[in-house]
Amino acid sequence: MQEPNTNTARPEQNWTEEIKSQESLFSINFTELWHYRDLLLMLLKRDFITFYKQTILGPIWFFVQPIMTSLIYVVLFGQVAKLSTDGLPQLAFYLAGITIWNYFADSLTKTSAVFTTNASIFGKVYFPRLIMPLSIVFSGLLKFAIQFGLFIAVVLYYTFIESSIQPNLWVLATPLLIILMAAFALGLGMIFSSMTTKYKDLSFLLTFGIQLYMYATPVVYPVSAMPEKYQWLVKANPLTGIFECFRYGYLGAGSFTPSSLIFSTITIAILLSIGIVIFNKVEKSFMDTV
Amino acid sequence: MKQLAIKAENISKQYRLGEVGTGTISHDLNRFWHKLRGNEDPYLKIGESNDRSAKGSSDYVWSLKDINFEIEQGDAVGIIGRNGAGKSTLLKLLSKVTKPTTGSFKVNGRIASLLEVGTGFNPEMTGRENIYLNGAILGMRRSEITRKFDEIVDFSGVERYIDTPVKRYSSGMYVRLAFAVAAHLESEILIVDEVLAVGDAEFQKKCLGKMNDVSKGEGRTVLFVSHNMGAIQNLCNKGIVLDKGNSVFVGGQSEALDFYSNIFKNHADNFVNHFPFKNQLLISKIDCYSLGKKLNPVDEILLGGDLTIAVSFKVNKDIYDLSFALDILNLTGELICHITNEDDGFYMSKVQEGDVKSISITLKSINLSPNQYFINFWMGTGHLESIYKIENLLNFTVIQSNYTQRTRLIPSHSKVFIKSNWEKYE
Repeated sequence: MQEPNTNTARPEQNWTEEIKSQESLFSINFTELWHYRDLLLMLLKRDFITFYKQTILGPIWFFVQPIMTSLIYVVLFGQVAKLSTDGLPQLAFYLAGITIWNYFADSLTKTSAVFTTNASIFGKVYFPRLIMPLSIVFSGLLKFAIQFGLFIAVVLYYTFIESSIQPNLWVLATPLLIILMAAFALGLGMIFSSMTTKYKDLSFLLTFGIQLYMYATPVVYPVSAMPEKYQWLVKANPLTGIFECFRYGYLGAGSFTPSSLIFSTITIAILLSIGIVIFNKVEKSFMDTV
Repeated sequence: MKQLAIKAENISKQYRLGEVGTGTISHDLNRFWHKLRGNEDPYLKIGESNDRSAKGSSDYVWSLKDINFEIEQGDAVGIIGRNGAGKSTLLKLLSKVTKPTTGSFKVNGRIASLLEVGTGFNPEMTGRENIYLNGAILGMRRSEITRKFDEIVDFSGVERYIDTPVKRYSSGMYVRLAFAVAAHLESEILIVDEVLAVGDAEFQKKCLGKMNDVSKGEGRTVLFVSHNMGAIQNLCNKGIVLDKGNSVFVGGQSEALDFYSNIFKNHADNFVNHFPFKNQLLISKIDCYSLGKKLNPVDEILLGGDLTIAVSFKVNKDIYDLSFALDILNLTGELICHITNEDDGFYMSKVQEGDVKSISITLKSINLSPNQYFINFWMGTGHLESIYKIENLLNFTVIQSNYTQRTRLIPSHSKVFIKSNWEKYE
């Protein structure tokens, strides 16, 4: 028998979305993220435009910082403390470390404050929050590219004019190294930003934590300069593999092993996943506590 | 019957009052401990309804409690309620800015929400760049914006400035541009919060017209929060009335407005709001009389009758050019009449600290159409700086009287009643 057809019956109801109080930890909407890819581009453009506006020297400023820092390191760590550089020219050695360290530290500092600095936008309109930290690590690449150009110039000088370094094929790993650093900064930054929406204590920890972390990372010294009993500590740091690989590729010296890079990749992948899950959980209600 | 656009099921939102501090972490740990053992959150059982004026004992309040409603596709729904009734919270939940504590919304279609216009506008960027940025934040694809670009610029009326950084814009132009972007979103459901309170009258009219097109012409669903009852009356066909976090009425627009004005009536006693600014003077007594009889905060006045307001106040600081104003508004919030001390050449050029003054203001032959009105009272210096304000001093209903001899009722949607003389002549 057929169902009686009454006028009050609704046509079959479609729902495109459900806004719930509880959602599973891993419900990350990647299609939605993809839909918002233009927003990511616009945010990059915004950062790019506002960066040049009303400065005379513009991107020149990005050269000043790594050059000055490298010179100070040459004097301080090279001449006074006489730290080993694996026999490499000191300027090239320090500049290599500073260039990639800057990218990592900037990305981490900015992503870890992403909720607090964007609270006014987040409080008014919804878009996948993940876009914001993503835009930070991408727009950091602009500054990195400029500083990296400077570094390449130095590498070319020492390779062809001084003939004191020999770059090798590991330079081809550069894109991977950048992705790894971006992912690490993103993962760690998202964990910190999620945890600081309610309790701000961690943001204090982070500001000096980053400074201390630089010394736990082979930025101003090579791994080989570490005493044997502390080697494990340096090797447990996911950044070590990245830094050693970078210097090994461009400068041709150092104690780099592919296994340390694999270790870095795995650790960073785990951290990034944790970061995304926590971030995804916090983003839905952080407006109430920030 | 049409498809539903939104269905809200048992929506509640709890907020914690006070500051986040060490007390918070103990609650968080307790909550976590309950969750770990699979128990319900212990703090969901407590909490009070959201009444600002009443002093509560709990740190938790329910900004919304067990809200249920259904909205059909193509409906234009006005959300009404007093300040703090939960209107904005409801919109925030729907726009996914924050999530509900319990319950769920089922949504059919893309939601675009305008809780604020110009979110993410960057002052350094030009109007053109900001259209793209703001559009992207609101969820538009680049191609979509390009397609609608001319329309947006045209609507905003800032074509000449489109390649100038928006920091050089006047605030009016800024708002026009921002609204224009938002108004051209292609979404099935549009959520709007009081953004129309900005811009000049001409632009407001344009915005209302656009929203009307959106709901009636294009058949999209619109949710609209406003204190402007006139706008709600014009735009909406359904209404949701919220009071202290509870949805108390869901239904047709005019019924909702009636319902809302009844809440006004019932709450009128605690609705007289005094706002002394900087404590420059204190009103010790203020009473209203009509035909020699003292009026209650909610009362009736006969058409053609008079209204006297007697006010006594103590001066805490020397004040020059003390001025007074009365506003009579109807229930949709429209200003019907503005009366000041200057109208009668009455001035108080100086009052001294410690003075106690009493004045009376008499409004003669009230000839407003029979309807409900309320009065706001204002004191200030030189009609500029506010000293004291009373909202909802009196909520009165004008009743048809023998001021007119007609036996049928004066239509309630007429605004004023003008007494007339009729004569035959050759």
